[in-house]
Amino acid sequence: MTLIPGRTSKQGTSLNAGKLKPEYLKITSTVEMNEDDMRRMKLKQGDRVRLSSPEGEVIVTCEPKKASDLPSGILFIAYGPSSSELMGSDTAGSGMPLSKQIEVRVEAVAAGKTG
Amino acid sequence: MPELRIINGRVYDPANDVDGEVATISIRDGRIVESVSDSARTIDAHGMVVMAGGVDIHCHIAGPKVNLARKLQPEDHRLDVQPGTDVMRSGTGGVVPSTFTTGYRYATMGYTTAMEAAVPPIFARHVLEELADTPVIDKGFYVLLGNNVFLYQLLKEGRKKDFRDAIAWWLNAVKGYTVKLVNPGSDELWKRRRENISDINQKVDHFDLTPLQVIRSFIEAVDELGFPHPPHIHCNNLGHSGNFDTTLQTMKAAEGRRVHIAHIQFHSYGGEAGTNPKSAAHQIIDYINANPNVTADVGQVMFGKAITMTADAPLAWMLRGFKKGKWVNADTECESGCGIIPFAYQEHVFTHALQWAIGLELFLLSEDPWRLVLSTDHPNGGSFLQYPRLIKLLMDSGFRREEIKRLNQKAVATTSLASIEREYTMREIAIITRAGPARALGLANKGHLGVGADADVTIYTEDADREKMFNSPRYVIKDGTVVVDNHEFKVSHDGRLLHIAPGYDDAIEDALRPFFDDYYTIRFDNYAIQDDFLHAHEVIPTRNGQAGEDKKD
Amino acid sequence: MSDTETRQDNEGDIKIVKNATCTFCGCVCDDMDLTVDLKQKRITKAKNACVLGRAWFAEHTIEDRPAALIDGREASVEEAVEEAARILMEARFPITYGLSDSTCEAQRVAVAISDLVKGGVDTTTSVCHGPSGIAFQGVGETTSTLGEVKNRADLVIYWGGNPAESHPRHFTRYAVTPKGMYIPNGKKDRTVVLVDVRKTPSAPVSDIFIQVKPGRDFELLWTIRALVNGKKITADVEELTGVSRETLDDLVTRMKNCSYGVLFFGMGLTMTRGRHFNSGAVLALAADLNQFAPFVAKPVRGHGNVTGADNVVSWQTGYPFGVNFNRGFPRFNPGEFTTVDVLARGEADAALVIATDPASNFPKKAIETLRRIPVISLDTKQTETSRLARVAFTVATYGINTGGTVYRMDDVPITLRPAFESPYPTDEEILSAIRDKVLALRRQRPAAAAEKPAAP
Repeated sequence: MTLIPGRTSKQGTSLNAGKLKPEYLKITSTVEMNEDDMRRMKLKQGDRVRLSSPEGEVIVTCEPKKASDLPSGILFIAYGPSSSELMGSDTAGSGMPLSKQIEVRVEAVAAGKTG
Repeated sequence: MPELRIINGRVYDPANDVDGEVATISIRDGRIVESVSDSARTIDAHGMVVMAGGVDIHCHIAGPKVNLARKLQPEDHRLDVQPGTDVMRSGTGGVVPSTFTTGYRYATMGYTTAMEAAVPPIFARHVLEELADTPVIDKGFYVLLGNNVFLYQLLKEGRKKDFRDAIAWWLNAVKGYTVKLVNPGSDELWKRRRENISDINQKVDHFDLTPLQVIRSFIEAVDELGFPHPPHIHCNNLGHSGNFDTTLQTMKAAEGRRVHIAHIQFHSYGGEAGTNPKSAAHQIIDYINANPNVTADVGQVMFGKAITMTADAPLAWMLRGFKKGKWVNADTECESGCGIIPFAYQEHVFTHALQWAIGLELFLLSEDPWRLVLSTDHPNGGSFLQYPRLIKLLMDSGFRREEIKRLNQKAVATTSLASIEREYTMREIAIITRAGPARALGLANKGHLGVGADADVTIYTEDADREKMFNSPRYVIKDGTVVVDNHEFKVSHDGRLLHIAPGYDDAIEDALRPFFDDYYTIRFDNYAIQDDFLHAHEVIPTRNGQAGEDKKD
Repeated sequence: MSDTETRQDNEGDIKIVKNATCTFCGCVCDDMDLTVDLKQKRITKAKNACVLGRAWFAEHTIEDRPAALIDGREASVEEAVEEAARILMEARFPITYGLSDSTCEAQRVAVAISDLVKGGVDTTTSVCHGPSGIAFQGVGETTSTLGEVKNRADLVIYWGGNPAESHPRHFTRYAVTPKGMYIPNGKKDRTVVLVDVRKTPSAPVSDIFIQVKPGRDFELLWTIRALVNGKKITADVEELTGVSRETLDDLVTRMKNCSYGVLFFGMGLTMTRGRHFNSGAVLALAADLNQFAPFVAKPVRGHGNVTGADNVVSWQTGYPFGVNFNRGFPRFNPGEFTTVDVLARGEADAALVIATDPASNFPKKAIETLRRIPVISLDTKQTETSRLARVAFTVATYGINTGGTVYRMDDVPITLRPAFESPYPTDEEILSAIRDKVLALRRQRPAAAAEKPAAP
């Protein structure tokens, strides 16, 4: 699936409080997912999933979105430590890593297990 | 500050009628004085020519459009680098050098003052920040008010006093030097339908005003306000065949009041619109010769790389049509437009050769060097670094003849250039590069070496090759500090901002405030710039006797 | 007396600062009326601020932290400055990074330091609109100040951006709802189009929402440009981009017939496949549209003074970001001198990080280098970067505790009105002290050692 990190108001307001505060960390480790994709993967709101890219992996909580708002195959996450962990550093000579287009594998994490 | 004495040099100081005589120049505390003590450092200028530091009356060296042009051409910077030294910051050159490099290069060419010619007032803070990072030289800037929507509304309503007060308010608010008009009336047409003014007497949409009325109003108001430099005008129809008539009408609008026409070469074309231009240098220079209220800078084009950067946005759009290359356009709310196009003048191109020839015709037919002064409209007609070459073209008719041979001959043949034998004298060069621009600017302490003048002095080693001579002065002294010492850049020095502070009735703020609330996107109270934002600055007094303040550092 | 005066009540505890400037995002709104509790040293109310601005003003209080730390231990500012200067002088390739949440006054000093130590200087531009800067160098740009949008624009397009969440007042103060000179009825007189890969919270503001397939922005932009210029396009456009021919024709008609059009573009274009080609396509499309109507394009810039950083670095060096001084003069090459690259390749051997947190938002490989090399950080708050820094300064917050100048996303420079004093020094003060110390160290070193060994 393609992970798109971006800004959100909540990420922006919590960032003012401090990036090491729990509010910011919670917001930046929640991934939005197309509800049909979630149904297919037998996931429900609040379930934890492992996202992995060639760079690394993170475990985040998922949040459903209507298909009209977020197309199938797309994940959205607020910028933060999770997106950094997954982001490649190749900038193709531009200085800019592909920060808004990260190909990731998504797997459900068995309840109780944490990363 | 240590004292300094320059002896044995041939001094050219036309403002004080010194014409190549050997004389001693004494300096103390940044000023020229009668004499100094025996212990003063003495520079023996035997075999050298001593002049006041050069004054550039019209260039584009700082601000938003300049910085856009800088950013636009990395390819131009990488070929021309300026390494840092213990006394210099590093930078890059090309036709739009970085700020530090701009200051150093003016200085190492013997220029100590330069005026940035076009600043949209809302961007003045940016200009001031860049000027603070432009070392050595003194500098000021002209404020673009010729398409200002608020001022147009006042004119439309016939509020002459408010108009005058608003001009004075604006100059104060942004710390400018004088009013600049660029293609008056054109912004509204450009911003509404990407069109241009073609006739100086056409109405500017709903304002019920013509460009000529706007021009006349500014000339009158600034005359009444007594600014040291009159409105600095970039006429309508720049670059268009047949535009000389517009230029004549603009000058006539002054009706004897002072006016300065910028880069007049670009406004001296005959011929029919839409066909190849012809030279109208004779018509233009005849008028200037006969009318002592008019000053102008030439805006000579020099072959090689240039970049068009102008508040005349429709002009840049027209030039974009030729190559469809990189183009920058920037519309500024209520105040201005802007266009930028990289450019190169080429000897074989008819129009470019013609422009070159017209500029030289103007110089060579001018009867009063005090009123027709040197510029390339840097970097529009070419870099300021081409001034020494231009001086050689004026001083050396043999060199000029050789250069003419390299050009498009059809173009040259339509002008009188080949038949003019005149050579500029050293005195005349001193006038068109320092004494004349300083006088036109109303800078009483610049452009000359009389007692009391700013100790900005340039010493050139005499050389028959005038380009070589004017390219690398042996000594450059700024405010009494020897910045260039025996050809070497020895010490950094920060110049001053030169600005005016005309009086006004502050009731005008009550009219400005609601306009800002409705049509600007920054708050009225955040617009005006306070003195503490400025680097070293000097208020130049207006002619109405408003006293200037002492230099502040 | 004007209404900008700072007023205090009888007890002297409450101060009102009118027309203060919010520096949280690139909108740089300068119409904040701040209520300041001077005893508590906090802003209790920020009238006119958006949700982000309110948080910005409310949360920047004075925390009880040391002004300087060396290796995590409290140190005096003087000691920390000395250590910072020593690190920068001894490094072969020290880099300066960040700058976009600091004043122009501080940025000017930061570039001076990089020049003096022959290092690199780069700003957060390289990871936001750096690709747009590259595109600008190739194409140019037709642009305007936000006031022209407010006064004239009847067609407002947002592409790859979500201002409702990232720049809330972009809609309400500048581009959508305000009334302007030729837009007497505000939003009613404008058509708002949103192009994005997902339906963001900005969608309800738009009259037309166009959903493009992820990674297909360039194709869509180039198709529109072809249609604007009257070229034929192939039938598979919908399959490729997710947008129907009818939708495109309608959009093109609106673009060509508007009175004044603007295309705002966000990082949805610069951070995805195509990067500077996407930005270049926007700029070229906007330029071409001027054959039909006044049309401008503007990147929607993120941080409060990222635009100032671009300007300062440009006027001092000739290049907007990704500048290297290793050879004693500025060179520019994105991919070679940009921060993510020099860190991911492990080239930099010291870093001066100002007002940004690469340790939490850079790719993992770059962060690994930051953990290895001596880092000097200046930040108002504790961050991942300040935690790993060898020398960490706590500084005052620009716009809240310090004056100075910032540039709005449209390059308009705006002044700051501080609300209350901070016990911490400003970025400019710390950087000036480091610069002076670096100059002193340069003077001390023996002539033979004057030239550093060439950096890689």
